[in-house]
Amino acid sequence: MLISRRGVLTASVGLVGLAMLPVAVRAQDAAAAPAQTADEMIAEFTGGAEAVEGDGVKLTAPEIAENGNTVPLSVEAPGAAEILLIATENPTPGVARFTFGALAANQAAATRIRLAKTQDIVAIAKLADGSFVRTAANVKVTIGGCGG
Amino acid sequence: MTSRREFLQAGLATSAIMAGLGVSNWSRAMAQQALTQDQLLQFDDFGNLTLIHVTDAHAHLRPVWFREPDTNIGVGDAAGRVPHVVGETFQKMFGIAPASPEAYALTYPDFEALAKSYGRMGGFDRIATIVKAIRGSRPDAILLDGGDTWHGSYTSLKTGGEDMVRVQNLLGVEAMSSHWEFTFGTQRVQELIEKCNFPFLGANIYDVEWDEPAFEPYKIIQKGDLAVGVIGQAFPYLPIANPKWMFPEYSFGIREERMQEVVDELRGQNVDLVVCLSHNGFDVDHKMASRVTGIDVILSGHTHDAVPEPVLVGETIIIASGSHGKFVSRVDLDVQGGRMAGFRHKLIPVFSDVIAPDAEMASLIEEIRSPYKADLDTVIGQTDKLLYRRGNFNGSWDDLICRAILEERDAEIALSPGVRWGASVLPGDITREDIHSVTSMTYGQCYRSEMTGETLKTVMEDVADNIFNPDPYYQQGGDMVRVGGLSYSIDPNAPMGNRITDLRLIADDAPIEPGRSYTVGGWASVNEGTEGPQIWDLVEEHIRKGGGTQQDGPVSSINVKGL
Repeated sequence: MLISRRGVLTASVGLVGLAMLPVAVRAQDAAAAPAQTADEMIAEFTGGAEAVEGDGVKLTAPEIAENGNTVPLSVEAPGAAEILLIATENPTPGVARFTFGALAANQAAATRIRLAKTQDIVAIAKLADGSFVRTAANVKVTIGGCGG
Repeated sequence: MTSRREFLQAGLATSAIMAGLGVSNWSRAMAQQALTQDQLLQFDDFGNLTLIHVTDAHAHLRPVWFREPDTNIGVGDAAGRVPHVVGETFQKMFGIAPASPEAYALTYPDFEALAKSYGRMGGFDRIATIVKAIRGSRPDAILLDGGDTWHGSYTSLKTGGEDMVRVQNLLGVEAMSSHWEFTFGTQRVQELIEKCNFPFLGANIYDVEWDEPAFEPYKIIQKGDLAVGVIGQAFPYLPIANPKWMFPEYSFGIREERMQEVVDELRGQNVDLVVCLSHNGFDVDHKMASRVTGIDVILSGHTHDAVPEPVLVGETIIIASGSHGKFVSRVDLDVQGGRMAGFRHKLIPVFSDVIAPDAEMASLIEEIRSPYKADLDTVIGQTDKLLYRRGNFNGSWDDLICRAILEERDAEIALSPGVRWGASVLPGDITREDIHSVTSMTYGQCYRSEMTGETLKTVMEDVADNIFNPDPYYQQGGDMVRVGGLSYSIDPNAPMGNRITDLRLIADDAPIEPGRSYTVGGWASVNEGTEGPQIWDLVEEHIRKGGGTQQDGPVSSINVKGL
């Protein structure tokens, strides 16, 4: 038997306790500077240090967006202090900058974003030792309609 | 100690040596003018477990003509690799003699002439005979259905898919995956699931709102002392390729990490074998097999490929069993110590004139069809040439449908979806059932609207990228949108946005102008509230007027470049 949250909520008058994650999301910081390009944001985040491609940060995104207005993304970087998430081709590339406190049980976050068009999503994590690791995922925004 | 890889290679070699069991057996039989049921079913039992795979029947209860594609272009790593091999190249690759029964079943050359010799293929009463025969020698055989079973015919549309659930229950299906099933809408899918004597699996089907699994991801089937984990994988791009407003509660996607997680969970429960019952499409399954570890067998559906031998990727075998009931795959496995140690496989061709119908199933099919018999058998008109759809670009059925749209909706340009379902029709009568085989759906309204040349080009580029993207994970598995009134060139290997060139109106050979508005007719729109007559009524009207024998110039002209 598969118990879904949707099922539980409809079956009982839900005892919903939203767990507060020890994560401070400062989406505004990233979003408030539309003049900045993706590269500038990354440079600012890393202070000019090189971010190496690596497994230290994992970005989960759909290959093709089912709805470009709300694309689910999640990032995870064990041991990271911060993760910067950028939608490189959006008019405002900044998506979010997640800061993990010392009490964070894991360094993972999930959000949904709007994508203007097909583009690369970039995630850069600042690790505890101050080094940076990055990864990218291409998310396609399509009009669709002829599969079969 | 022999490694598993060596075992697998030995298995493949055995499979090649034993080709007499599978493919070349039929040629010999034909040489003897004696294709028999015993030969088609002949199989030396192997190992300790049997899987039976059927997929993509598209509700075709009765035997059909079905011409395999003449064009199936592979891009990137898939170029020249099965299933992107057709015709004589395919025959050579698998040692198939031209004009042999297997050439007829698996390839397009001389289809029309061979069809007359070898007859129709498929039919669930014949499939039932095959399943019963396999179960006769292997009572614990597991029958798995890859989906696209409920949709695609007049009777399935009229019964809301219930005819197929009755057939699946009688056949003894033990689990299924899905795609077009969802085009009946969430509520109907849930009602039908209630009627199924087996689980409807989908590890990659999530609740949109809560982003958590919405269906049972897998089922552990216990057979004798073996525990077999069967994972369901629905078509990943349902909300993009089909109308998501019909099933707004669900999100899909390939979700590779999820697949790995589910495989690991099954391995953690010490199953003896992990099978993925997939509706990903062949190329997606090929890539997934190279990246997800721990799957022994992928039973692959969606792209309708009939592949005569298992394809080995790492330690996973991929089995592709065709469409429209033309084939049943039997896979015997030697399962030892929680892994597959060897296999033997046969893609059984369902020659309807050779395999005897099972009486019980034949009677159920008769009962399902009887209320609609007069409608189904009504002859609407004639065709003077073979009508078929399958292939990357317009088939003759698509040309006829596009011409019907142009004329009946008074449009300059017609668009028809590049689906891979729909049976062929030999020259002669076209019945209502034939028309429904290529048009039946729950969103068949034929719209008429205005579209700029620029939008038209964008739409075509978008569809082309869904088919020819070099990364299989970005492919949706259909074929190119069918066009009427248009000519164009396409370079499948060009990047997105640059594949389509030289778009012209056939009527006056004038280039399509980006800024001009064109009158476009089409069907199968994914948008809610699309208005217009049902496509099957429109096609019927056109054929009644003689549209099946109309020959005044081409309705489409497509030039494929860069191959």
